[in-house]
Amino acid sequence: MSKNTHKAISLISGGLDSMLSTQLLLDQGVHVEGINFFTGFCVEGHTHAIRKKDKKKEKRNNALWVAEQLGIKLHIIDVIEEYKSVLLNPVHGYGQNMNPCLDCKGFMVRKALEWIKENDFDFIITGEVMGQRPMSQRRDTMPVIARESGAGDLLLRPLCAKHLPETYPEQQGWVDREKLLSFHGRSRKPQMALAEEMGFKDYSQPAGGCCFLTDANYSAKLVDLWKARGNREYSLDDIILLKVGRHIRPKPSFKLIVAREEGESRFLHGYRYRYKSLTTISHAGPVVLIIGELDAEDLVLAAQITARFSQGRDDSEVTLQLEDSENKKQSVTVVPIKADKVLPEWYV
Amino acid sequence: MCDDMNDSGKELDARNLLCPLPVIRTQDFVKNLESGDEFVVRCTDPGAKSDIPSWCRINGHKVIDIQQSEYEVLIKIQVVK
Ligand code: SF4
Repeated sequence: MSKNTHKAISLISGGLDSMLSTQLLLDQGVHVEGINFFTGFCVEGHTHAIRKKDKKKEKRNNALWVAEQLGIKLHIIDVIEEYKSVLLNPVHGYGQNMNPCLDCKGFMVRKALEWIKENDFDFIITGEVMGQRPMSQRRDTMPVIARESGAGDLLLRPLCAKHLPETYPEQQGWVDREKLLSFHGRSRKPQMALAEEMGFKDYSQPAGGCCFLTDANYSAKLVDLWKARGNREYSLDDIILLKVGRHIRPKPSFKLIVAREEGESRFLHGYRYRYKSLTTISHAGPVVLIIGELDAEDLVLAAQITARFSQGRDDSEVTLQLEDSENKKQSVTVVPIKADKVLPEWYV
Repeated sequence: MCDDMNDSGKELDARNLLCPLPVIRTQDFVKNLESGDEFVVRCTDPGAKSDIPSWCRINGHKVIDIQQSEYEVLIKIQVVK
Protein backbone atom coordinates (compact mmCIF):
# COMPACT_ATOMS: atom_id res chain seq x y z
CA MET A 1 0.00 0.00 0.00
CA SER A 2 1.21 3.46 -0.78
CA LYS A 3 -0.59 4.98 2.18
CA ASN A 4 1.12 4.57 5.50
CA THR A 5 -1.30 6.41 7.70
CA HIS A 6 -4.65 4.75 7.88
CA LYS A 7 -7.69 6.27 9.39
CA ALA A 8 -10.52 4.56 11.21
CA ILE A 9 -13.78 5.90 12.52
CA SER A 10 -14.91 4.31 15.76
CA LEU A 11 -18.57 4.05 16.81
CA ILE A 12 -18.43 5.53 20.29
CA SER A 13 -21.40 4.85 22.53
CA GLY A 14 -19.86 6.16 25.72
CA GLY A 15 -19.54 2.68 27.21
CA LEU A 16 -16.46 0.66 27.99
CA ASP A 17 -16.36 -1.62 24.95
CA SER A 18 -15.99 1.06 22.31
CA MET A 19 -13.41 2.73 24.53
CA LEU A 20 -11.31 -0.44 24.62
CA SER A 21 -11.62 -1.27 20.94
CA THR A 22 -10.53 2.26 20.05
CA GLN A 23 -7.55 2.13 22.35
CA LEU A 24 -6.47 -1.19 20.78
CA LEU A 25 -6.21 0.49 17.40
CA LEU A 26 -4.61 3.65 18.76
CA ASP A 27 -1.97 1.35 20.26
CA GLN A 28 -1.32 0.07 16.74
CA GLY A 29 -0.68 3.60 15.54
CA VAL A 30 -3.92 3.90 13.55
CA HIS A 31 -5.44 7.39 13.42
CA VAL A 32 -8.86 6.99 15.02
CA GLU A 33 -11.70 9.48 15.38
CA GLY A 34 -15.01 8.80 17.07
CA ILE A 35 -18.54 9.03 15.75
CA ASN A 36 -21.68 9.05 17.87
CA PHE A 37 -25.23 8.99 16.58
CA PHE A 38 -28.00 10.82 18.39
CA THR A 39 -31.30 9.05 17.75
CA GLY A 40 -33.30 10.95 20.37
CA PHE A 41 -33.58 7.81 22.49
CA CYS A 42 -30.03 7.87 23.82
CA VAL A 43 -29.73 7.60 27.59
CA GLU A 44 -27.21 10.43 27.62
CA GLY A 45 -27.81 13.72 29.27
CA HIS A 46 -31.53 14.24 29.18
CA THR A 47 -32.60 12.54 32.32
CA HIS A 48 -29.61 13.66 34.32
CA ALA A 49 -30.21 17.21 33.22
CA ILE A 50 -33.84 17.05 34.27
CA ARG A 51 -34.11 15.39 37.64
CA LYS A 52 -33.04 17.39 40.60
CA LYS A 53 -32.19 14.34 42.66
CA ASP A 54 -29.52 13.57 40.07
CA LYS A 55 -28.00 17.02 40.59
CA LYS A 56 -24.94 15.72 42.33
CA LYS A 57 -24.20 13.29 39.56
CA GLU A 58 -21.83 14.88 37.14
CA LYS A 59 -23.77 15.82 34.03
CA ARG A 60 -21.48 14.64 31.34
CA ASN A 61 -21.97 13.21 27.94
CA ASN A 62 -20.24 9.87 28.15
CA ALA A 63 -19.31 9.72 24.48
CA LEU A 64 -17.53 13.08 24.73
CA TRP A 65 -15.90 12.05 27.95
CA VAL A 66 -14.63 8.78 26.42
CA ALA A 67 -13.25 10.67 23.41
CA GLU A 68 -11.43 13.00 25.74
CA GLN A 69 -9.92 10.11 27.71
CA LEU A 70 -8.75 8.55 24.46
CA GLY A 71 -7.50 11.84 23.08
CA ILE A 72 -9.51 11.53 19.87
CA LYS A 73 -11.94 13.78 18.03
CA LEU A 74 -15.62 12.99 18.24
CA HIS A 75 -18.27 13.73 15.65
CA ILE A 76 -21.82 13.69 17.02
CA ILE A 77 -24.40 13.23 14.32
CA ASP A 78 -28.08 14.09 14.61
CA VAL A 79 -30.00 11.17 13.06
CA ILE A 80 -33.34 11.82 14.76
CA GLU A 81 -35.32 12.03 11.51
CA GLU A 82 -33.63 9.21 9.66
CA TYR A 83 -33.86 6.95 12.66
CA LYS A 84 -37.66 6.98 12.52
CA SER A 85 -37.78 4.50 9.66
CA VAL A 86 -35.41 2.20 11.57
CA LEU A 87 -37.62 2.22 14.63
CA LEU A 88 -40.92 2.06 12.78
CA ASN A 89 -40.11 -0.63 10.22
CA PRO A 90 -37.28 -2.82 11.44
CA VAL A 91 -36.66 -5.65 8.97
CA HIS A 92 -35.33 -7.82 11.79
CA GLY A 93 -37.99 -6.88 14.32
CA TYR A 94 -37.63 -5.78 17.92
CA GLY A 95 -35.74 -7.16 20.87
CA GLN A 96 -37.36 -7.63 24.25
CA ASN A 97 -38.87 -4.15 24.15
CA MET A 98 -39.07 -1.57 21.38
CA ASN A 99 -35.37 -1.88 20.59
CA PRO A 100 -34.68 -2.71 16.95
CA CYS A 101 -31.03 -3.47 17.75
CA LEU A 102 -30.04 -5.37 14.65
CA ASP A 103 -31.49 -2.82 12.23
CA CYS A 104 -30.16 -0.04 14.44
CA LYS A 105 -26.59 -1.33 14.33
CA GLY A 106 -26.84 -1.82 10.58
CA PHE A 107 -28.11 1.73 10.21
CA MET A 108 -25.31 3.20 12.32
CA VAL A 109 -22.62 1.30 10.47
CA ARG A 110 -24.16 2.43 7.16
CA LYS A 111 -24.07 6.05 8.36
CA ALA A 112 -20.46 5.55 9.43
CA LEU A 113 -19.69 4.17 5.97
CA GLU A 114 -21.18 7.28 4.36
CA TRP A 115 -19.09 9.36 6.73
CA ILE A 116 -15.79 7.63 5.92
CA LYS A 117 -16.45 8.07 2.20
CA GLU A 118 -17.12 11.78 2.63
CA ASN A 119 -14.17 12.31 4.93
CA ASP A 120 -11.58 10.10 3.29
CA PHE A 121 -11.22 7.59 6.09
CA ASP A 122 -10.35 3.95 5.47
CA PHE A 123 -12.44 1.73 7.72
CA ILE A 124 -14.88 1.43 10.61
CA ILE A 125 -14.48 -0.13 14.04
CA THR A 126 -17.00 -0.95 16.75
CA GLY A 127 -16.81 -2.24 20.31
CA GLU A 128 -19.03 -5.24 19.60
CA VAL A 129 -18.27 -8.49 21.39
CA MET A 130 -19.56 -11.73 19.97
CA GLY A 131 -22.26 -13.32 22.11
CA GLN A 132 -22.64 -10.30 24.34
CA ARG A 133 -26.07 -9.13 23.30
CA PRO A 134 -28.93 -11.41 22.37
CA MET A 135 -29.90 -9.71 19.14
CA SER A 136 -27.16 -7.80 17.43
CA GLN A 137 -24.00 -9.42 18.72
CA ARG A 138 -24.41 -13.08 17.82
CA ARG A 139 -22.18 -15.15 15.55
CA ASP A 140 -24.95 -15.31 12.97
CA THR A 141 -26.08 -11.67 13.20
CA MET A 142 -22.72 -9.88 13.22
CA PRO A 143 -22.16 -10.68 9.52
CA VAL A 144 -25.69 -9.40 8.81
CA ILE A 145 -24.67 -5.95 10.08
CA ALA A 146 -21.55 -5.95 7.92
CA ARG A 147 -23.52 -7.05 4.87
CA GLU A 148 -26.68 -4.98 5.18
CA SER A 149 -24.85 -1.78 6.08
CA GLY A 150 -22.78 -2.14 2.93
CA ALA A 151 -19.57 -1.88 4.97
CA GLY A 152 -18.61 -5.51 4.31
CA ASP A 153 -14.97 -6.14 5.16
CA LEU A 154 -14.35 -2.50 6.03
CA LEU A 155 -16.03 -3.20 9.36
CA LEU A 156 -13.60 -4.40 12.02
CA ARG A 157 -14.52 -5.47 15.55
CA PRO A 158 -11.20 -5.39 17.41
CA LEU A 159 -12.49 -6.99 20.62
CA CYS A 160 -13.64 -10.19 18.92
CA ALA A 161 -11.87 -10.04 15.55
CA LYS A 162 -10.29 -13.43 16.00
CA HIS A 163 -13.68 -15.08 15.93
CA LEU A 164 -14.50 -13.42 12.63
CA PRO A 165 -13.10 -13.63 9.11
CA GLU A 166 -10.16 -11.38 8.31
CA THR A 167 -11.26 -7.91 7.29
CA TYR A 168 -9.73 -5.69 4.63
CA PRO A 169 -7.65 -3.59 7.07
CA GLU A 170 -6.17 -6.81 8.46
CA GLN A 171 -5.50 -8.27 5.01
CA GLN A 172 -3.76 -5.09 3.95
CA GLY A 173 -1.61 -5.06 7.06
CA TRP A 174 -3.02 -1.70 8.25
CA VAL A 175 -3.93 -3.51 11.44
CA ASP A 176 -2.08 -6.45 13.00
CA ARG A 177 -4.63 -9.22 13.52
CA GLU A 178 -2.36 -10.86 16.07
CA LYS A 179 -2.87 -7.91 18.39
CA LEU A 180 -6.65 -8.05 18.12
CA LEU A 181 -8.76 -9.99 20.59
CA SER A 182 -11.14 -12.91 20.87
CA PHE A 183 -13.59 -11.75 23.53
CA HIS A 184 -16.76 -13.77 23.60
CA GLY A 185 -19.90 -14.06 25.69
CA ARG A 186 -21.70 -12.06 28.31
CA SER A 187 -19.04 -11.94 31.01
CA ARG A 188 -17.64 -8.45 31.51
CA LYS A 189 -14.52 -9.66 33.27
CA PRO A 190 -12.18 -9.65 30.25
CA GLN A 191 -13.21 -6.07 29.45
CA MET A 192 -12.64 -4.98 33.03
CA ALA A 193 -9.22 -6.63 33.11
CA LEU A 194 -8.27 -4.93 29.84
CA ALA A 195 -9.52 -1.58 31.16
CA GLU A 196 -7.29 -2.03 34.16
CA GLU A 197 -4.34 -2.92 31.96
CA MET A 198 -4.95 0.14 29.78
CA GLY A 199 -5.22 2.34 32.85
CA PHE A 200 -8.91 3.25 32.50
CA LYS A 201 -10.36 3.63 35.96
CA ASP A 202 -13.57 5.52 35.44
CA TYR A 203 -15.96 4.30 32.78
CA SER A 204 -19.66 3.83 32.34
CA GLN A 205 -21.26 0.42 32.00
CA PRO A 206 -24.87 0.92 31.00
CA ALA A 207 -26.81 -2.14 32.08
CA GLY A 208 -29.53 -2.33 29.45
CA GLY A 209 -27.87 -1.02 26.33
CA CYS A 210 -27.29 2.30 24.73
CA CYS A 211 -30.82 3.63 24.69
CA PHE A 212 -34.25 3.96 26.28
CA LEU A 213 -35.79 1.60 23.75
CA THR A 214 -34.48 -1.35 25.77
CA ASP A 215 -36.43 -0.11 28.80
CA ALA A 216 -39.80 -1.80 29.36
CA ASN A 217 -41.49 1.23 30.97
CA TYR A 218 -40.27 3.58 28.31
CA SER A 219 -41.37 1.23 25.53
CA ALA A 220 -44.85 0.93 27.07
CA LYS A 221 -45.17 4.72 27.05
CA LEU A 222 -44.08 4.90 23.44
CA VAL A 223 -46.63 2.27 22.38
CA ASP A 224 -49.33 4.12 24.37
CA LEU A 225 -48.46 7.36 22.59
CA TRP A 226 -48.86 5.75 19.18
CA LYS A 227 -52.08 4.02 20.15
CA ALA A 228 -53.63 7.24 21.44
CA ARG A 229 -52.56 9.10 18.33
CA GLY A 230 -53.78 6.48 15.91
CA ASN A 231 -50.46 6.47 14.05
CA ARG A 232 -46.82 5.92 14.81
CA GLU A 233 -45.49 9.41 14.19
CA TYR A 234 -43.35 11.06 16.82
CA SER A 235 -41.42 14.24 17.34
CA LEU A 236 -38.32 14.84 19.43
CA ASP A 237 -40.48 16.54 22.08
CA ASP A 238 -42.74 13.49 22.26
CA ILE A 239 -39.92 11.10 22.94
CA ILE A 240 -38.18 13.39 25.40
CA LEU A 241 -41.37 13.86 27.38
CA LEU A 242 -41.70 10.09 27.68
CA LYS A 243 -38.61 10.20 29.87
CA VAL A 244 -40.12 12.66 32.34
CA GLY A 245 -42.74 12.33 35.09
CA ARG A 246 -45.61 9.96 35.80
CA HIS A 247 -47.79 9.37 32.77
CA ILE A 248 -51.46 8.92 33.59
CA ARG A 249 -54.10 8.25 30.96
CA PRO A 250 -57.57 8.39 32.52
CA LYS A 251 -59.25 8.33 29.08
CA PRO A 252 -58.03 7.37 25.63
CA SER A 253 -58.31 10.98 24.48
CA PHE A 254 -55.86 12.58 26.91
CA LYS A 255 -53.01 11.89 29.25
CA LEU A 256 -51.37 13.82 32.05
CA ILE A 257 -47.66 14.09 32.68
CA VAL A 258 -47.20 14.71 36.38
CA ALA A 259 -43.80 15.98 37.54
CA ARG A 260 -42.33 13.82 40.31
CA GLU A 261 -40.09 16.46 41.77
CA GLU A 262 -38.92 20.02 41.43
CA GLY A 263 -36.44 19.41 38.63
CA GLU A 264 -39.13 17.76 36.53
CA SER A 265 -41.60 20.55 37.34
CA ARG A 266 -39.13 23.10 36.07
CA PHE A 267 -38.54 21.08 32.95
CA LEU A 268 -42.25 20.60 32.20
CA HIS A 269 -42.84 24.29 32.86
CA GLY A 270 -40.68 24.95 29.76
CA TYR A 271 -43.27 23.07 27.66
CA ARG A 272 -46.27 25.11 28.74
CA TYR A 273 -46.23 27.07 25.47
CA ARG A 274 -46.81 23.87 23.56
CA TYR A 275 -49.34 22.06 25.74
CA LYS A 276 -52.06 22.87 28.22
CA SER A 277 -50.77 22.76 31.77
CA LEU A 278 -52.18 22.65 35.28
CA THR A 279 -50.54 24.00 38.41
CA THR A 280 -51.95 24.17 41.90
CA ILE A 281 -52.35 27.69 43.31
CA SER A 282 -53.82 27.10 46.77
CA HIS A 283 -51.24 24.46 47.68
CA ALA A 284 -47.78 23.43 46.63
CA GLY A 285 -47.93 20.84 43.87
CA PRO A 286 -46.36 19.54 40.69
CA VAL A 287 -46.57 20.99 37.19
CA VAL A 288 -48.84 18.80 35.08
CA LEU A 289 -48.93 18.83 31.28
CA ILE A 290 -52.09 17.77 29.48
CA ILE A 291 -51.55 15.98 26.21
CA GLY A 292 -54.63 15.44 24.09
CA GLU A 293 -58.13 16.81 23.87
CA LEU A 294 -60.48 17.33 26.82
CA ASP A 295 -64.03 18.50 27.28
CA ALA A 296 -65.27 20.37 30.39
CA GLU A 297 -65.83 17.16 32.32
CA ASP A 298 -62.37 15.82 31.45
CA LEU A 299 -60.88 19.09 32.59
CA VAL A 300 -62.40 18.66 36.04
CA LEU A 301 -61.04 15.11 36.19
CA ALA A 302 -57.57 16.32 35.14
CA ALA A 303 -57.68 19.02 37.82
CA GLN A 304 -58.84 16.52 40.46
CA ILE A 305 -55.97 14.18 39.61
CA THR A 306 -53.49 17.05 39.71
CA ALA A 307 -54.88 18.06 43.11
CA ARG A 308 -54.34 14.49 44.31
CA PHE A 309 -50.62 14.90 43.73
CA SER A 310 -50.47 18.25 45.53
CA GLN A 311 -50.06 19.10 49.21
CA GLY A 312 -53.82 19.67 49.30
CA ARG A 313 -54.66 16.04 48.53
CA ASP A 314 -56.51 15.60 51.84
CA ASP A 315 -58.20 19.02 51.88
CA SER A 316 -61.76 19.64 50.80
CA GLU A 317 -60.78 21.96 47.93
CA VAL A 318 -57.79 22.77 45.82
CA THR A 319 -57.54 25.69 43.40
CA LEU A 320 -55.54 25.28 40.25
CA GLN A 321 -54.55 27.32 37.27
CA LEU A 322 -55.12 25.98 33.80
CA GLU A 323 -52.97 27.57 31.14
CA ASP A 324 -53.33 26.87 27.46
CA SER A 325 -50.55 26.97 24.93
CA GLU A 326 -51.41 30.60 24.11
CA ASN A 327 -50.80 31.59 27.69
CA LYS A 328 -54.52 32.09 28.47
CA LYS A 329 -55.13 31.32 32.10
CA GLN A 330 -58.20 30.27 34.01
CA SER A 331 -58.62 29.07 37.55
CA VAL A 332 -60.47 25.96 38.59
CA THR A 333 -61.40 24.77 42.08
CA VAL A 334 -61.97 21.07 42.63
CA VAL A 335 -62.20 18.37 45.27
CA PRO A 336 -59.10 16.18 44.99
CA ILE A 337 -59.86 12.73 43.64
CA LYS A 338 -59.68 9.94 46.24
CA ALA A 339 -56.55 7.83 46.08
CA ASP A 340 -58.46 4.64 45.27
CA LYS A 341 -60.21 6.35 42.37
CA VAL A 342 -56.91 6.82 40.55
CA LEU A 343 -57.05 3.45 38.83
CA PRO A 344 -53.84 1.45 38.46
CA GLU A 345 -54.57 0.91 34.77
CA TRP A 346 -54.41 4.67 34.21
CA TYR A 347 -50.69 4.56 34.83
CA VAL A 348 -48.90 4.11 31.54
CA MET B 1 -24.43 41.24 32.29
CA CYS B 2 -24.07 38.06 30.30
CA ASP B 3 -24.49 40.02 27.07
CA ASP B 4 -21.21 41.85 27.73
CA MET B 5 -19.27 38.80 26.73
CA ASN B 6 -20.55 38.88 23.18
CA ASP B 7 -18.87 41.78 21.44
CA SER B 8 -18.38 39.96 18.14
CA GLY B 9 -22.13 39.63 17.70
CA LYS B 10 -22.14 36.00 16.52
CA GLU B 11 -24.42 33.98 18.70
CA LEU B 12 -25.79 30.47 18.60
CA ASP B 13 -29.11 30.01 20.32
CA ALA B 14 -29.14 26.52 21.85
CA ARG B 15 -31.74 27.28 24.49
CA ASN B 16 -34.34 24.65 25.38
CA LEU B 17 -32.23 21.94 23.81
CA LEU B 18 -31.03 19.04 25.84
CA CYS B 19 -27.69 17.31 25.72
CA PRO B 20 -26.22 16.43 23.24
CA LEU B 21 -28.13 18.79 20.92
CA PRO B 22 -26.32 21.96 22.10
CA VAL B 23 -23.04 20.20 21.24
CA ILE B 24 -24.34 19.10 17.85
CA ARG B 25 -25.52 22.65 17.07
CA THR B 26 -22.15 24.05 18.17
CA GLN B 27 -20.32 21.53 16.00
CA ASP B 28 -22.45 22.41 12.96
CA PHE B 29 -22.11 26.15 13.60
CA VAL B 30 -18.32 25.91 13.76
CA LYS B 31 -18.21 24.19 10.36
CA ASN B 32 -19.19 27.48 8.73
CA LEU B 33 -16.72 29.64 10.63
CA GLU B 34 -13.10 30.52 10.00
CA SER B 35 -10.18 30.03 12.32
CA GLY B 36 -10.01 32.92 14.79
CA ASP B 37 -13.77 33.62 14.66
CA GLU B 38 -15.42 34.02 18.02
CA PHE B 39 -19.00 33.33 19.00
CA VAL B 40 -21.22 32.75 21.99
CA VAL B 41 -23.44 29.70 22.57
CA ARG B 42 -26.46 30.36 24.75
CA CYS B 43 -27.84 27.25 26.49
CA THR B 44 -30.35 26.31 29.14
CA ASP B 45 -29.26 22.70 29.72
CA PRO B 46 -26.77 22.86 32.59
CA GLY B 47 -25.01 19.83 31.09
CA ALA B 48 -23.78 22.08 28.27
CA LYS B 49 -21.40 23.70 30.73
CA SER B 50 -19.28 20.58 30.79
CA ASP B 51 -20.09 19.09 27.38
CA ILE B 52 -19.34 22.08 25.15
CA PRO B 53 -15.93 22.79 26.74
CA SER B 54 -15.19 19.06 26.49
CA TRP B 55 -16.11 19.11 22.79
CA CYS B 56 -13.88 22.20 22.34
CA ARG B 57 -10.95 20.53 24.07
CA ILE B 58 -11.06 17.42 21.89
CA ASN B 59 -11.45 19.45 18.72
CA GLY B 60 -8.84 22.06 19.59
CA HIS B 61 -11.14 25.10 19.89
CA LYS B 62 -10.62 27.62 22.65
CA VAL B 63 -13.17 28.37 25.38
CA ILE B 64 -12.68 32.04 26.19
CA ASP B 65 -15.32 32.54 28.83
CA ILE B 66 -18.18 30.78 30.59
CA GLN B 67 -20.92 32.66 32.39
CA GLN B 68 -23.83 31.19 34.21
CA SER B 69 -26.99 32.90 35.33
CA GLU B 70 -29.94 31.22 37.01
CA TYR B 71 -31.42 29.86 33.80
CA GLU B 72 -28.72 30.18 31.18
CA VAL B 73 -25.16 29.20 30.46
CA LEU B 74 -23.19 31.34 27.99
CA ILE B 75 -20.02 29.95 26.52
CA LYS B 76 -17.71 32.05 24.40
CA ILE B 77 -15.63 30.08 21.93
CA GLN B 78 -12.78 30.92 19.59
CA VAL B 79 -12.57 28.67 16.55
CA VAL B 80 -9.21 27.07 15.89
CA LYS B 81 -8.88 25.25 12.56
S1 SF4 C 1 -29.81 -0.50 22.50
FE1 SF4 C 1 -30.78 1.13 21.29
S2 SF4 C 1 -29.06 2.29 20.36
FE2 SF4 C 1 -28.25 0.31 21.09
S3 SF4 C 1 -28.37 -1.02 19.28
FE3 SF4 C 1 -30.26 -1.36 20.45
S4 SF4 C 1 -31.74 0.06 19.58
FE4 SF4 C 1 -29.71 0.73 18.89
